[in-house]
Amino acid sequence: MLPLKGITVLEFAQFMAGPSAGLKLADLGARVIKIERPVVGESGRQIAIKNLFIDDDSLVFHTINRNKESYTANLKDPDDLAKIKKLLVQADVMTHNFRPGVMEKIGLDYESVKAINPKLVYGEVTGYGKKGVWAKKPGQDLLVQSLSGATYLTGNKQDPPIPMGIAASDMFTGAHLAQGVLAALYQKTKTGTGSKVSVSLLESTVDMQFEGLTTYLNNGGQVPKRAHFGNALPLLPAPYGIYKTKDGHIALSMIPMDLLFEIIGKELPSTFTEPEATFKKRNKIMAFIGEVMVQEPTDHWLELLEEKNLWCAPVYDYDTILHHEAFLTLEMIQEVETAKGEKIKTTRCPLRIDGERIFSRKSAPTAGEDTERIDKEFHLT
Amino acid sequence: MDTPLEGILIIDFSQFLSGPSASLRLADMGARVIKIEQPETGDICRTVYVSNTLLNGESSVFHAINRNKESYQADMKDAMDREKVYRLIEKADIVLHNFRPGVVERLGIDYSSIKKINADIIYGDISGYGKTGPWKNKPGQDLLLQALSGLTGLSGNAGTGPVPVGLAIVDLLAGAHLVQGVLACLYRRANTGEGGQVEVSMLESIMEFQFESITTYYRDGGEPVQRTKSNNAHAYLGAPYGIYETLDGFMALAMGQIPVLGELLSCEPLLGYTEVASWYDERDSIKEILAEHLKTASTQHWLSILEPADIWCAAVYNWKELLDSEGFRILDMIQEVSMSDGYGLKTTRCPIQINDNFMKSEVGMPKLGEHTLKIDEEFSSALSTEDH
Repeated sequence: MLPLKGITVLEFAQFMAGPSAGLKLADLGARVIKIERPVVGESGRQIAIKNLFIDDDSLVFHTINRNKESYTANLKDPDDLAKIKKLLVQADVMTHNFRPGVMEKIGLDYESVKAINPKLVYGEVTGYGKKGVWAKKPGQDLLVQSLSGATYLTGNKQDPPIPMGIAASDMFTGAHLAQGVLAALYQKTKTGTGSKVSVSLLESTVDMQFEGLTTYLNNGGQVPKRAHFGNALPLLPAPYGIYKTKDGHIALSMIPMDLLFEIIGKELPSTFTEPEATFKKRNKIMAFIGEVMVQEPTDHWLELLEEKNLWCAPVYDYDTILHHEAFLTLEMIQEVETAKGEKIKTTRCPLRIDGERIFSRKSAPTAGEDTERIDKEFHLT
Repeated sequence: MDTPLEGILIIDFSQFLSGPSASLRLADMGARVIKIEQPETGDICRTVYVSNTLLNGESSVFHAINRNKESYQADMKDAMDREKVYRLIEKADIVLHNFRPGVVERLGIDYSSIKKINADIIYGDISGYGKTGPWKNKPGQDLLLQALSGLTGLSGNAGTGPVPVGLAIVDLLAGAHLVQGVLACLYRRANTGEGGQVEVSMLESIMEFQFESITTYYRDGGEPVQRTKSNNAHAYLGAPYGIYETLDGFMALAMGQIPVLGELLSCEPLLGYTEVASWYDERDSIKEILAEHLKTASTQHWLSILEPADIWCAAVYNWKELLDSEGFRILDMIQEVSMSDGYGLKTTRCPIQINDNFMKSEVGMPKLGEHTLKIDEEFSSALSTEDH
């Protein structure tokens, strides 16, 4: 039995962060009902990448909202709002990511909702917290990455700030929301009462950097230095990074200098063995190794390094990894099917529970697809 | 103070970052975490995965990951030590590890052995690449996973080669997923009395993280990832999405209609891009025009025009600028922790708030084996009390 079987989640959240939490809860067994605006639905339906749409909704929307139902309601209409409140009484969790103040105006802020359902776990996502100078600022992934300092970690020393080319802030915030909601659900089994769980994109993005920030906060404020080339984690010493080979690239992780030099067949320069040389001379050492790596193909180095159990890997693109036996054995790809019969291949939940992978064939709903059924089932009309 | 996991006991065999980042989160939410560490070396993170900043003899990284935990030293290959750890597991709610496949069987802490000691245990583990297939014994290390998973093709500009993310993002993700699975099972146990097993792999975690681009790959017939020529921030989004140099720094521009931006910024060449499709199809040219134009004035100048028009934009900060900013200070995100010998340091707090409370803790990292004796006493007396 999936662990969250029997749980009903009302998802008022839009775009990526909140819905990604909803997706995890759905895959773990919860029933997730999106509460959306009539006709058009949530705004994320129109946010497309590469202009890709499935019928009227973007492919991204489909991937992040699979395995959910949709109920449409106009929260400014008293009749609709009354129905939503009836639904809330029967729900276990609700999530939203409206800007501060919006739910208060509608009357679905935590205090109001708690009054009608004290057992409810109420999850809220903001961009930058609920007070202060940035409270009303748009909480968007790239903006938060940019403000959080994270863009000075990726790329090489001479590069401008480089963001992570993926919605990392959204996804981590969603993960943290799911964690908080689950912990609060557990607590409810002990205390009988729900809680409010709050996360923000900025706090979550700061948390992602906790190792580096802890270093920075205690080393006299030296901002991290990215390596001159091949930079992978500014905190770590040589040889940690990515190197060009004769026919591609190779990642070298934490490898002791003496072993590495033995394998590349070079004498280890004595200046590289001085205390802390791997930190202090990181760029010189990495340059030296780089000149050697480029002379032979990737497989040559992999063979030598792996034989000695040293940590290395080739660099793959999607074509290679998605067809690789090591990936295929994970059965990570599943197919979902829309009501119209469109099939979409996408990733599954990365967790296994009780030895079982979690698959779901249910696609994202169209806006309001389940309204009538839910009206009847929950006796809302 | 509201910590939801009060009363939960976690026996944590995990090392480095992935598993320990999960137990840190659970600790901050109220669980008691006992790290089981091997004699002399302890968690290999103490010696192998280190920054250049030593604080009280231990790397800043280890401090950050292992605060708010206890350390119990035990040699799991020694029969007596193993028995003692089993006594702890009898009392535990959750056991965590991130050993490579096969190791836990040798140490006697595989799921079926543990279930015999504690039938309703929640058992969570992280592997690098799953437990079957050609990579199952490959080291599960963050950079290697980034390299193998296709992730390095997303950041940076076209033509710059693979660019890894400058964070241990795969470890953190796997840890975050482990927390989700363990908590979901804890909830189920409270309702049904049943324990459970949670398995996470780093490869599955980082592949799922790329769901947008992987789903696109299957949809568009496997086209290679195309980062933009300049100012890339997301290989699949149209202009203006990116970071741009200004006269005195950098600024980020997310979504925005190109002709509207053209008007607001007084950048005439942008006015011609009236077709929405062109913002993606011709993003390299648009970004080039924007990049040239934005260099001509300061970040603040542009923000003061764009923000009132509700265009999604921001300044680009480094850590110093972030920590000095009012918007960050109000979050009260930094906390002080101290070790048992009084050594204090600053670190970040848990990013989740429950009922408007920050879940802070003043407890710093443990020295290796610091709590062994105390825990021995505590758990043996608990046992003898029960015997009576």
